[in-house]
Amino acid sequence: MASAAQRRIKSISYAKYGYLFILPFFLVYFFFQLWPLINTFIVSFKGNGTADTSSLWVGFDNYKDILFGGNRSANAIHERFLRCFGNTLILWIGNFIPQIALSLSLAVWFTEANLKIPGKGFFKVVMYLPNIITAASVAVLFLQLCGQSQDSPGALNMFFSKIGLVDYDPMSKKYDTIQFIEGCWQSRGVVMFIQTWMWFGNTMIMLMSGIQGINPSLFEAASIDGATSGQVFRKITLPLLTPIMAYTLVTSMIGGLQMFDIPYLYHKDPNKTSKNVETVAVMIFEYFHKPGKQQKMGYAGAISVLLFFVTLVLGLISFYMTRDKDEIAKKKQRKKIAKQLKQESKQFGGFSI
Amino acid sequence: MSKMNKVYGEPKSNYTAKLKIKSAILFVWFVILTIICLLPLYMLIINASHSSSDISNGLHLLPGKFFGINFKTVVSGEMKLYFDAFNGYKNSLIITCCSCILTVFFSAMTAYGIHVYDFKIKEASYTVILLVMMIPVQVTSAGFVAFMNKIGLLNSYIPLIIPAIAAPAVVYFMRSYMKSSFPLDIVEAARIDGCGEYRTFVSIAIPMMKPAIAVQAIFAFIASWNNFYTPSMILVDGNTKKKTLPMMVQALQSSDTLNDNGAKYMAIALSIIPIVIAYVFLSRFIIAGVALGGVKE
Repeated sequence: MASAAQRRIKSISYAKYGYLFILPFFLVYFFFQLWPLINTFIVSFKGNGTADTSSLWVGFDNYKDILFGGNRSANAIHERFLRCFGNTLILWIGNFIPQIALSLSLAVWFTEANLKIPGKGFFKVVMYLPNIITAASVAVLFLQLCGQSQDSPGALNMFFSKIGLVDYDPMSKKYDTIQFIEGCWQSRGVVMFIQTWMWFGNTMIMLMSGIQGINPSLFEAASIDGATSGQVFRKITLPLLTPIMAYTLVTSMIGGLQMFDIPYLYHKDPNKTSKNVETVAVMIFEYFHKPGKQQKMGYAGAISVLLFFVTLVLGLISFYMTRDKDEIAKKKQRKKIAKQLKQESKQFGGFSI
Repeated sequence: MSKMNKVYGEPKSNYTAKLKIKSAILFVWFVILTIICLLPLYMLIINASHSSSDISNGLHLLPGKFFGINFKTVVSGEMKLYFDAFNGYKNSLIITCCSCILTVFFSAMTAYGIHVYDFKIKEASYTVILLVMMIPVQVTSAGFVAFMNKIGLLNSYIPLIIPAIAAPAVVYFMRSYMKSSFPLDIVEAARIDGCGEYRTFVSIAIPMMKPAIAVQAIFAFIASWNNFYTPSMILVDGNTKKKTLPMMVQALQSSDTLNDNGAKYMAIALSIIPIVIAYVFLSRFIIAGVALGGVKE
């Protein structure tokens, strides 16, 4: 049914429209993301402080200070970097393990067909709710709820005093509060809890869609063979869910490196972030955000570059895991066929038949 | 009968009962989790309806009578100097709506360009988009701020809105959607009917991609509304008139003078309520969208 018009249209090249359609994306990408990325590399080799000193080239000095220290001020920065990196790791592990355990178990229970639980849809909606609330508001809300002031503690300390874990002195009207904001592990625990609270619903729904993607006849066959739900989980669900679990792990790691809002806002002193929960992202932000002399653009750039390489490795892993496998297989096949045709045409003296 | 038992084992006589018990236990566990999810928000609303002295005197589980008074303190009092809720709504809405529209329109356009046309760098450009999807803002932010400072765009909304045009993750999603539900024959048919390329995109492709666009618009909206990092690195002059809502929440936290805890709770509540209301209406789409994003195999 190829009409004349159709044939004519086939012969027109529309390639220029392709370029035109993707042009705005790449233009904006270049100006607002790629150039800033290159610029980050550039400033990482420059000095810190005021406009004069920050235009000087210092080579790898910033990296050296951050990674190995040196004189007194460099040592302080080195120590701060190590502390922030450690905090990032601790906070990430402390929120990922409970989060994945909770999400995985919930995802399995929600998708189990023979369990009759009313209101599954409602539970899903409620468990995802914390994820969409502004993280900054969540941080300040928990700061209020976990208040550690001895005269007027927050709701959590009040609750602990009700059940007898926090002492109340009626004479001075003071509470012997738990230091949820300034205590080292207490504050980390709260931040871990907030992160888990915010993200387990999201992970749960992602894992659920992964489980629903598994061929249901496998579960059916298992149940006919009399497998218990534990066996089904270990022998079917978990192995087939490995790719999506790995993907969740990598994206969560990249997300963990970016942890900012809550660690940045969760502190008592209004003008100083808390040492115990300060992450790498907070450190970068602090360095380039401070005005005038205190601004340390060079250090911020250097830490960003280090962070970039860590993310790059993680991103490549996830890219490798999520690429379109069918497409790659098809491409290989196409290449193979093309090769074969070429060979065949060679056999007949270069003439194609 | 005994032969059957030999072959298949004992029948599971109490199978149904076991299932029922398991369901009941799980139901209780789910209810507990629901309470944990909602308790902080419940405490927020309850405390927002009490006076500051009430709050410091003990734990409250029922709403008080100070809701209106706290609201008035937040909206009209001295707090307006650093927490101006309605101005915050306005600023956040301007930035969020503009960037949301730009994100979905240009992402659909880029995905359409890559999907429909055959050109040399087609696959290469898609691979680039996939690669840069993972680069976090924190990595580029130092250079971004330095660059914006140089060209004098600090303290303006432009660096908060225009970069929304380049959203690699959204392009990826739209392309996957087009692969499964946008046949190229339609484009050809439109060409035969004499439809221009741009018009084909606007009046045929976009209406066909409505489901994907709706989901991505919701997510872009939420992400931009909740964004605290980018606005606080661009809007550095401390002008309350320009601040977005999350930045005002931060100002709330860093003020030394505010001791009225009831008003503080009220202000936090005001910053959370709009998005929660939106979620109640859109939850079905949001959860479906998250599930779609999860299946990347």
